[in-house]
Amino acid sequence: MSRIKEKFSELAAKKEKALISYIMVGFPNERATLSAVKGLVKGGADIIELGFPFSDPLADGPVIQNASTVSLEKGTKIKKFFQLVKKIRKLTDTPLVLMTYTNILYNKGYSNFISEAKKAGIDGFILPDMSIEESKEYLKAAKGNTDTIFLISPNTTKKRVKEITKVTSGFLYLVAVYGTTGIKTGIKNYTLKAIKDVKKQTQGKIPIGVGFGVSTPEDVKKYISVGVDAVIVGSAFLKLLEKTSQNQIERKITSFTKSLKKQTKI
Amino acid sequence: MKYPKGGRFGEFGGKYIPETLVPAVQELEENYLKFKNDKIFKKELDYYLKQYAGRPTPLYFAKNLTEKIGGAKIYLKREDLLHGGAHKINNTLGQALLAKKMNKKRIIAETGAGQHGVATAMACAALGMKSEVYMGYKDTIRQKLNVFRMNMLGAKVHPVKLGSKTLKDAINEAIRDWITNVENTYYLLGSAVGPHPYPVMVRDFQSVIGEEIKSQMKKLLNKNPDCVIACVGGGSNAIGTFYPLIDSSTEIIGVEAAGKGIKSGLHSATLSAGSKGVLHGMMTYLLQDKEGQITETHSISAGLDYPGVGPEHSYLKDNKRVKYHSATDSEVIDAFLLLTRTEGIIPALESAHAIADAVKVASNHKKSESIVVTLSGRGDKDVEEVQNYLDKNVKN
Repeated sequence: MSRIKEKFSELAAKKEKALISYIMVGFPNERATLSAVKGLVKGGADIIELGFPFSDPLADGPVIQNASTVSLEKGTKIKKFFQLVKKIRKLTDTPLVLMTYTNILYNKGYSNFISEAKKAGIDGFILPDMSIEESKEYLKAAKGNTDTIFLISPNTTKKRVKEITKVTSGFLYLVAVYGTTGIKTGIKNYTLKAIKDVKKQTQGKIPIGVGFGVSTPEDVKKYISVGVDAVIVGSAFLKLLEKTSQNQIERKITSFTKSLKKQTKI
Repeated sequence: MKYPKGGRFGEFGGKYIPETLVPAVQELEENYLKFKNDKIFKKELDYYLKQYAGRPTPLYFAKNLTEKIGGAKIYLKREDLLHGGAHKINNTLGQALLAKKMNKKRIIAETGAGQHGVATAMACAALGMKSEVYMGYKDTIRQKLNVFRMNMLGAKVHPVKLGSKTLKDAINEAIRDWITNVENTYYLLGSAVGPHPYPVMVRDFQSVIGEEIKSQMKKLLNKNPDCVIACVGGGSNAIGTFYPLIDSSTEIIGVEAAGKGIKSGLHSATLSAGSKGVLHGMMTYLLQDKEGQITETHSISAGLDYPGVGPEHSYLKDNKRVKYHSATDSEVIDAFLLLTRTEGIIPALESAHAIADAVKVASNHKKSESIVVTLSGRGDKDVEEVQNYLDKNVKN
């Protein structure tokens, strides 16, 4: 059983939902990333998404765009990243998901990249520009190695949700709103409807996580109350990192994570 | 390739897009396939191309230039004479009309040199629609005349201050806008790039160039040209020139921007120096580093300053049907001045890349042979840039 799957069944037994947190590696530097991860673990994050920067992050809003630029300027490289993942693995058993863009994997070869990532301790992948039509090689390389987390959107047809669910493992990532990451629109009725429809369609066969624009304990509470299995918070963590000095990072991240995690306990 | 299955030209193309855009891209493909053979749509588009844009464009025998070089006869396909001053209007009229049929109220576009932005603003004004254009901040400075034109035509210009502040960043921002406003917005992409069906749709709208070349050459010499040459950034004027001649024996040459020289690393010659990758929804040749990060490009012409290329060009490079050359900034300035002085025609810096290559190619071809160069745009927008270059580099 994958670490992610195990985590969801462990949470189910405790009647808890999952808090998934996202940070960009190397933002604002590698030391900060390690401190942030410690804070996330202490605060009770159930799954940690590690963003690997891409020069052209077209699904991301200004916060993650800026973090990508800073991280690349600080010299974030794939080999160094895998070393960092190994260090993180020594600290925690929390499932680690790598979120980046297709070209980063394609460039090294899907199979090559995924096996290196797995060796380092990565449990799953999220590629926002990977559509199922183009995913054959990627899926082949990931099979039996890591989970492949695909995204769906409120405008995804029922037929397509079915197709996407077939190739998704770990959890299904529901993009809450039309927009890029970090967008501030409040919770929309169409999102609540999408959650209801997807839950009905998937019948609990795969956990459903909601992300994009989820940033406060109130947001978390609201989404949990309508029955999602996980909430994903990203840009809010990066904003916090941006304004926190190095020696405060672990403490501040711990307390923010706790405030979010509290809302996932039913 | 007539209509690429699954949007693939060989291994290139496809649709690597966020899920939110999938319904929009599917809707676009359905409507494109429905209207491209629709009699009324074709008649309407034809009307605008003729009466509004000024088609057909002349095929001009550049006698002075030919004599100066002393090789094959050079003909210029005068897309620079179109309304707006570039081939871009062929595509924007087609797509804007399609958007209107699809009941889309809001049009967004990206632009590099500003030619596509101007052509979008014109087509939208003519068809009574609103447009917003994303343009790299660096490009808004070096092509500010086009920013004024867009503003006057009623388009809202959004300068993009991210990344390299050029065309690729303008495309990123346009895609982000599209994701956010997917329900009411039509993305009017300006080159033969992006996710399927854009590369094939833009090619089809631009193929009027190559179709006219064929029939004009038939009238003139009763045969196809021996060679055609066009510049390649994203590659829309080139694919429009090439596609109708793909199954003929005509030699076909695309010319990329070698900037300060391929070895300097400061260029935009994607096919000459790039490797395969995924960007802006397509798999194609890209300029990228060993880690898969897209690298910054350079060209004196904003319209060619792009680290990717249309997927069909990648396909045509690999199957060797088309040869891809490149021209440096310095060669391009020489060609710009040469054409200006010998023929009294001021070419766009983009098009001057094709002229620069034609000068080399013509001298290696027999006098009895004919070369058609697509002059994709006029150079009024570039005179300041050229003057600055000359002041800095003491040419003349």
